Amino acid sequence: MHHTIEVNDLHFSYPDGHIALRGVNLYVSPGEKVALVGPNGAGKSTLLLHLNGILRGRGEVLVCGVSVKDDTLGKVRVSVGLVFEDPDDQLFSPTVFEDIAFGPIYMGLLEVEIRDRVAQALEAVGLENFEDRVSHHLSNGEKKRVAIATVLAMVPEILILDEPTAGLDPRSRRGLINLLHDLPQTMLVSTHDMRMVSELFQRTIVIDQGEVVSDGLTQKLLSDDTFLEEHGLEAP
Amino acid sequence: MWFSPVELHIPDGFLSPMVSAVGWVLALVMVGFAIRQTRDQLGERQIPLMGVLAAFIFAAQAINFPVAAGTSGHLLGGALAAIVMGPWAATLIMTAVIATQALLFQDGGLLVMGWNILNMGVFTAFVGYAVYALMRRLIGESARTRLAAAFVGAWLSVEMGAIATAFELAISGTSPLRLGLPAMVGVHAMIGLGEAIITTGAIALLQVARPEVLAVGETAPGRKGASFLAIGLIVALIVAIFSPLASPSPDGLEFVAEAEGFLSRGLDPLYEVLPDYTVPFITNETTTTILAVFVGTLIVFGIAWIVGRTTFRREAEGN
Amino acid sequence: MHFDIADQYRHRLSVVHLLDPRVKVVATFSFILTVSLTPTGVWWAFGCFLVLILAVAWLTRLGPMFAVRRSFVALPFVLAALAVPFTTPGSILFRIPGLGWTISEPGVIRFISILARSWLAVQAAVLLTATTRFPDLLWALGVLRFPRLLVATIGFMYRYLFVLADEALRMLRARSARSAHVPKSPRPPIGWQGRVAGMMVGSLFLRALERSERVYAAMLSRGYDGHIRTLDRFRMMTLDWVALAVVVMVLATPLVVALIQ
Repeated sequence: MHHTIEVNDLHFSYPDGHIALRGVNLYVSPGEKVALVGPNGAGKSTLLLHLNGILRGRGEVLVCGVSVKDDTLGKVRVSVGLVFEDPDDQLFSPTVFEDIAFGPIYMGLLEVEIRDRVAQALEAVGLENFEDRVSHHLSNGEKKRVAIATVLAMVPEILILDEPTAGLDPRSRRGLINLLHDLPQTMLVSTHDMRMVSELFQRTIVIDQGEVVSDGLTQKLLSDDTFLEEHGLEAP
Repeated sequence: MWFSPVELHIPDGFLSPMVSAVGWVLALVMVGFAIRQTRDQLGERQIPLMGVLAAFIFAAQAINFPVAAGTSGHLLGGALAAIVMGPWAATLIMTAVIATQALLFQDGGLLVMGWNILNMGVFTAFVGYAVYALMRRLIGESARTRLAAAFVGAWLSVEMGAIATAFELAISGTSPLRLGLPAMVGVHAMIGLGEAIITTGAIALLQVARPEVLAVGETAPGRKGASFLAIGLIVALIVAIFSPLASPSPDGLEFVAEAEGFLSRGLDPLYEVLPDYTVPFITNETTTTILAVFVGTLIVFGIAWIVGRTTFRREAEGN
Repeated sequence: MHFDIADQYRHRLSVVHLLDPRVKVVATFSFILTVSLTPTGVWWAFGCFLVLILAVAWLTRLGPMFAVRRSFVALPFVLAALAVPFTTPGSILFRIPGLGWTISEPGVIRFISILARSWLAVQAAVLLTATTRFPDLLWALGVLRFPRLLVATIGFMYRYLFVLADEALRMLRARSARSAHVPKSPRPPIGWQGRVAGMMVGSLFLRALERSERVYAAMLSRGYDGHIRTLDRFRMMTLDWVALAVVVMVLATPLVVALIQ
């Protein structure tokens, strides 16, 4: 498998007419970890939702070499693990176990494999023995990790995260950054957390008003204050 | 505690087992229809949408406003859910809420849950919706008329739930109709006002913020069927209320008398098996009459239903 | 800002807590049906059932007064039955001076029977909820042939109850923070206050709608295809069958005797 993300000339407008993406082009190589930054309303979340076919625009989106079309959605959604900004959106089952098992169940795995996957996913995020916990009793940091686990259980090749450190206290944030550092998947992370960007991601893509305005080394980007300010960003 | 303040949650023990059983059967039938209709209407979105909206109703029932001396106005939500999402979706949503209130908080019994679902879920949703749709057809489709229609629809929906509850209590012999009905109708006239005000306020906000949301209910399935059903129900219940006042002239009440006799004969064997179970009022002529008319109501209900469904289907095919 | 409004489950290491939820659901429902079928005035039968429910309550290790305390939820509805002593025909027990209203003996017997049935039923429901986790309870209902879609919907409702209740609570707090009442100045009109409440409800609705869209997207992202798929949770053990058999016998015997009499 290619473990790649490829977006070619992607355009998308919302039903109310608002143009969210104006010809986005990007390519992420296998194993790369890339940050996606930009001001609010730039189209970051919109772009991410195209990568597993939730939104469908004009242009081409290929993940792991597979073009995102109606008949490939199942395959795409196994290869691409999308972690949303609000973990409450992603933890919709009564218990942690059921939330993590959801993906594997719909993949049609056997019960014994499902239980295995759940255990492994919890271990990967450092929350062993959390199976029977109830979602609304978890702390924000724990919820974010469980949300990641729900996606890891499907063993995706690509991980896409939307604002993973938003709303976390310093300790939880540190734990999450360490987790992202250790995970082996190709990663595309949308974030406002510039300190995390400079720590974890060698390459940063800047999006503003639906277009890619910069795509290159993080350090180079962070040294250009004028550019940062122009696009609603700040160096850490 | 999140008690629903609209006192229509009947606890166990207040309705006779037979009445409760009938309620369960009817409720399950309605829920079955609701599931099928919303599946066609909503597709894959059905479960997350209905579930989260049920949570919304549950939470919204706690939003109150002071009315007078410590009491407050609240929302039951059946009419609001029906106006926005259509009567079938509302049925499903309210059933989820009512079932949970009974299971978790014992707000409403388990055996009598069928009738609680019908009173607070089905009747409120369909009457609220039908009155809303009817009024808009009569007085126009502007933003202001929508609010007026929602107001009346919501108020009547609560009264309908109250009236039905009074009947169920009467048939079960718990509360005589001549006391229960005026009490229920009277108390819920005020409560219905709270419901109407909150419902209207919510619709007003939606009109301004997301008007396309309101279009969902206006194109929801069952709108023709709902009108027939609700109108049939209202008419039948009005008849039921006023029938004892009619003079026992042979022409008018012939059907009723026959039904009454038929029912007495039908129920006799049951009374022989359970002698201690004789409900004193059943020998009372007034209540037997009302019982018969109530059964007649259900029959009219059923007929209106069938008519409504076939009409709607024909219309849908015509499109 | 957590809101434990629906966590009625109380964990204990008791034999009742360990029972299969299906057994508990069936037992509770049977109990309520049995007391509802118990004829009026057969006090010894009601007594048997009271002993039964107290015995179960003791087995749950929740404390003897637990179910009793929570059973007062149904209290307000007693008013609905208040007419019974006054309107049931029969030998007069008491006459209210000045009003001419009479209380009959059969009336009192009927009234107390209604209350007894209601009280017993509520206690059973309380024990069910306190000894069974809600998701397990829902699972049991689904397996026992309740409409699966309804059960799934309730599951989602339960999950998002807290989220939406939190949002509602925040709105209520924000409103009271802005509702400082200066003494001696007129209160705002009820209609206006009602409209404000309505706007809060409308606003909450929109958030719920948007939330459901995001949840749906999250479900799709993990492969949801519109069908309900779940894993088995429990298997019936010997203890479960034994408990079920015992309950059925203990309920049926007094009932049948009472009905025959």
